[in-house]
Formats: sequence, C-alpha cells, structure tokens
Amino acid sequence: MSPGLRARVEVPGRLVAELEAAPGSVTAVIGPNGAGKSTLLAALAGLVGVRGTVEMGGESWTDPPRPVRRRRVGMVFQDQALFPHLDALDNVAFGLRSRGLPRRAAAARARPWLDRLGVGDLAGRRPAELSGGQAQRVAIARALASDPVLLLLDEPFAGLDVGVASSLRVELARHLSSYAGVTLLVTHDALDALTLADQVLVLDEGRVAQLGEPHEVAARPRTPHVARLVGLNVLRDGDRFRAFRPSAVTVSLQQPAGSARHRWHGTLRGMARHGDAVRLEVATGAGGPGLLADVTPAAAADLALEPGREVWLSVKETAVQGYE
Amino acid sequence: MPTAVRAPSPGRPPLVLLVPALVAATLLVLPLVALLLDTPWRGLLGQLTEPAVRQALWLSALTSLATVAGCLVLGTPLAWLLARVEFRGRALLRAVVTVPLVLPPVVAGVALLTAFGRAGLVGEPLREAFGVTVPYTTLAVVLAHTFVSMPFYVLAVEGAMRTAGGRYDDVAATLGADRWTTFRRVTLPLALPGVVSGAVLAWARSLGEFGATITFAGNYPGTTQTMPSLIYSTLQGDPELARTLSIVLLAVSVVVIGALRGRWLVGAGR
Repeated sequence: MSPGLRARVEVPGRLVAELEAAPGSVTAVIGPNGAGKSTLLAALAGLVGVRGTVEMGGESWTDPPRPVRRRRVGMVFQDQALFPHLDALDNVAFGLRSRGLPRRAAAARARPWLDRLGVGDLAGRRPAELSGGQAQRVAIARALASDPVLLLLDEPFAGLDVGVASSLRVELARHLSSYAGVTLLVTHDALDALTLADQVLVLDEGRVAQLGEPHEVAARPRTPHVARLVGLNVLRDGDRFRAFRPSAVTVSLQQPAGSARHRWHGTLRGMARHGDAVRLEVATGAGGPGLLADVTPAAAADLALEPGREVWLSVKETAVQGYE
Repeated sequence: MPTAVRAPSPGRPPLVLLVPALVAATLLVLPLVALLLDTPWRGLLGQLTEPAVRQALWLSALTSLATVAGCLVLGTPLAWLLARVEFRGRALLRAVVTVPLVLPPVVAGVALLTAFGRAGLVGEPLREAFGVTVPYTTLAVVLAHTFVSMPFYVLAVEGAMRTAGGRYDDVAATLGADRWTTFRRVTLPLALPGVVSGAVLAWARSLGEFGATITFAGNYPGTTQTMPSLIYSTLQGDPELARTLSIVLLAVSVVVIGALRGRWLVGAGR
C-alpha cells in the first residue's frame, strides 16, 4: 500500500495536530467553532505558515516547503468561493488550464465533471446565477477535476437546504468511494462523520481530542461537543470518562431513594421531541454537567414537566460505560 | 422604487447650516455659469479649427492617452505589488506613491526638472550616453502627466484589488495557478471596475494638467503646448478664444463625471 497522508503540524497559537490517513480513506474532522478545523485544512494546503511536517504519497510537502500550487490539493470551501467572473465550465476548467492544458482541451475534460455532479446543463452560468446547492456541486467538480491527491472539504453541506444537503451527501459518498486520494471532510454533522468517514478526528481548542473509527468515537466520545453530536451524556473525571444514554436516565420530582449511584438535582432548560420520546435538557447547578434525559410523552405529562421545573435525575451503575 | 413613505420631518434646516451651504454651492456653480453665459457660441466651430487650437487639441489627446497607457502598463503592476505582496517598506512606498496627489504641480515640475534636466540626476547621464534631453519635449509632457496622474490610478486599482480580496488568489493557487496566471485570470478581471475608473480619473487629471507641464515641458506650440497651456497663453491677447477653449475642457469634465457616476453606480450594485 502506498503511503497516504502523514502530518504533524503546528500553527502557532491556533492548532497542534497529528494525523495519518490511508489512500482512498475519508477522515471526518469535527469539533466546535474555533477548534481549528479550517486551520487544519489551510495548513495542509499550505495557505498558512506551519511548523512541523506534512508528507503525502511518500513526498514531503514541508521539507523543502512546497508552494500551494504544486501540492495538488482540491479544496471545497463552505461558501464555494467560485470565481464570480467565470461561468461554471470555466471554473471547473481553471485548474486544468493552470496546469498547461489549452482552453479547448481543458473545457473538454471539465464538462464531464459537471455532468457527473449533475450540473452539466448549467455550464454557461455564472456563480451568481446558481443556487447554493448547484454552486456547491460546481465547486466539488472544480476540486475533483484537477485530479488532486488530497481533497479538503470544508463543511460542504453547510448552508444548504436539508433536502439539497442530503442528496448531495449521497452523491459525494459515491464519488468518494471511487476516489483514490486522501479526503478530509470538516463537518458539523454526526451523520456525515458516521456515514462518509473511515476515521474521525475530533479537534478541541486547537488540539486533537480524539482520533478513531466512527463507531468508536460515537460510542466513547471524549469531548462534550461530540457527546452532544451523538446524543450521549459523558462525564469526565480526569482521564476517565463515563458515558450513558439519555434513555437510561430516570427523571423524578423527588430525590430518588433507590439503588441508583449517580444522581443529580437540576433545572429543566429545554424539552423537544426526539423520535418517540421527549428529550430533556437539564442544567445541574454551577459547575455540574448539562445532561440529556429521554422520557415518554406520557411521563412528561404526568410529571407536568416544563422549562424551569426542578427535577432529579438518576442512572443505574449498570447503564454507565466507563472508558479511558 | 417602492412608494416613498416619509418619516416625520426632523424640522427645518437651521440657518447656521443652510446659509454657508448655499454660499458654497454658489461659489462652485457661479463661475461655470458665467463661463457658459459668456461663450461666443456662434463662432465656436470656426475657432476650434484654427491651426494653433487644432495642434493643442491633438497634443492634449495624444499626451493624455499616452499617460493612460503608461498608467495601465506601469501602474497596474505597482497597484498589485502594494495590494498583494508583503515586503519591508510597503507602507512607506504607498505613502510616497500618494505624495504627488497633494504636491503643488509647479513643485512636481521643478522636481522633474531636477531629475531629468540637462544637469539632472538622470538627465545628465542620459544626455551623455544617448544624447537625449527630456525637458521641453512632448515626452516631458507625458512624463509630467504620468507623474501627477499615476497616484490616482494606483490608488483606485489597489483599492479594487484589496476589495476583491486575496481569497480568490488562494483558491487559484490550490488549483495550481502560479502568480502570473492568478494575476491575469483572477486578480485583474475582478479589479476591472477599479481599473476603468482609475484610468478615467488619470485621463481627466492628465487632460487638465498645467503647472507641472509648463514648468518641465514649457509651452511650445506643436510640441508641448497642450490645451491648458494654450488657454493660459491666449487669455492675455484673446480672452474670447480662451473662454471657448475652456468650454471644451468643461464639456469633457462633465462627460467624465457622467461616465464615473455610471461606473460607481454599477460598482455599488455588485
């Protein structure tokens, strides 16, 4: 197997990250705003100054420093960043022409990419005449058309309508499965991480909080952000974590007497429909964890639950999974 | 436009503001109105075809277009350098480039003479090596015009390049474009509105340039006598002709303002 991406980068004051990714693999990068996700992509592309090493396909991109244009990265930005003065076809052909292809040949190679992304009939339109979803398809076509070895997708579904985003997600999955290079996908969506990715990189405050397979990260999250994304309660005690499902939580108005070892007193902050259940968001006092609890709609009615109400939460030790 | 719904009036404008405002407007408009009223419209065409006038018109057209060409070819790269390349002394260079904006034109003429004159810093070696003397030639006119017009052009284009942002340059780089390709295919097309308005400003400035030109290039019919210089010369002996020629330049100014307004309105809508 040829080596894929191997990187250890530091952007002073913003990011320290180390990761490896195999050829053909997709790495989802998740984390709260300001965690350094976009900075990581910019660092790998060479758009910001970094310390450390980036190796791609066995070649070093950092020693000696390789300029952005010679790295063969394909970038898709959250706001597409299509060239406003060029039509869709010229946008896609831009990378091919930059690499020396004559106008005609570049256009001939660019057009099938528009077709593949389902926007072949929009070739003559300028970005201002495209919808968000169409523009994002053109942007993906533009990134893929120049045959990159490293594909960097920065929240490609952000800002799109739910329906548009989900159909684009399905198509992107299809393209990524036949793509031989390394893909990094920044996302805010647990679904993206679970369905598109081979591994998940969790960033938090400019550091790697977790790197693992999607099911593993989903089952054993190490940051409150990921716990929220996958809908788990996670308690941290030094290096030890304890996780339990919202459905394992018992909600009562009086202090529970039974054998439950974990109990919290708190104020109900929010409630929303979640599948067949009602998901409660409870704040457990100063410094205490914010917890999720699922109850049946009937129970919610019996307990006369409403935001502001004081409640007790408890969970049985057997329902709690501990990990390091 | 939707139907205007007026907010309650904030009150009558106070006289302490209204009076000076009207005085200012009068000051700006009155001389132009006087010029229009006093112009001998009937003989206008005949006067404009006089040899001296035709020469000056031709020379003004030639030198102002050459100036614009100089700005485009030299000023565009300078604007790019200031907008896109980080180097020591960039802020200083930008400041120096803007000096001719506020420099009295006659001082610009003296400075040019000092540099390119027979005994000047550049002038002397130029004369000794090639036998070329610059002052009091048509080239000197273009040089003087370029000196005073370039800052207008550079500032307009640099501003447009900054507004368009370096982001698209980054995108182009990820797509494999080198800096020249990026400049040609991305930076320049996106800065085009700035290039156009900068060129129009530079052209208008060149067309009206008088002080630096007469100091550095003189006032010789056929080689260095542009329209403003001719107006100045005729004012003593033939004030009527001077007014006629002034009307021509005024008309040009009005057209320039109209063109720029259109340009700016388009720019604001983008």
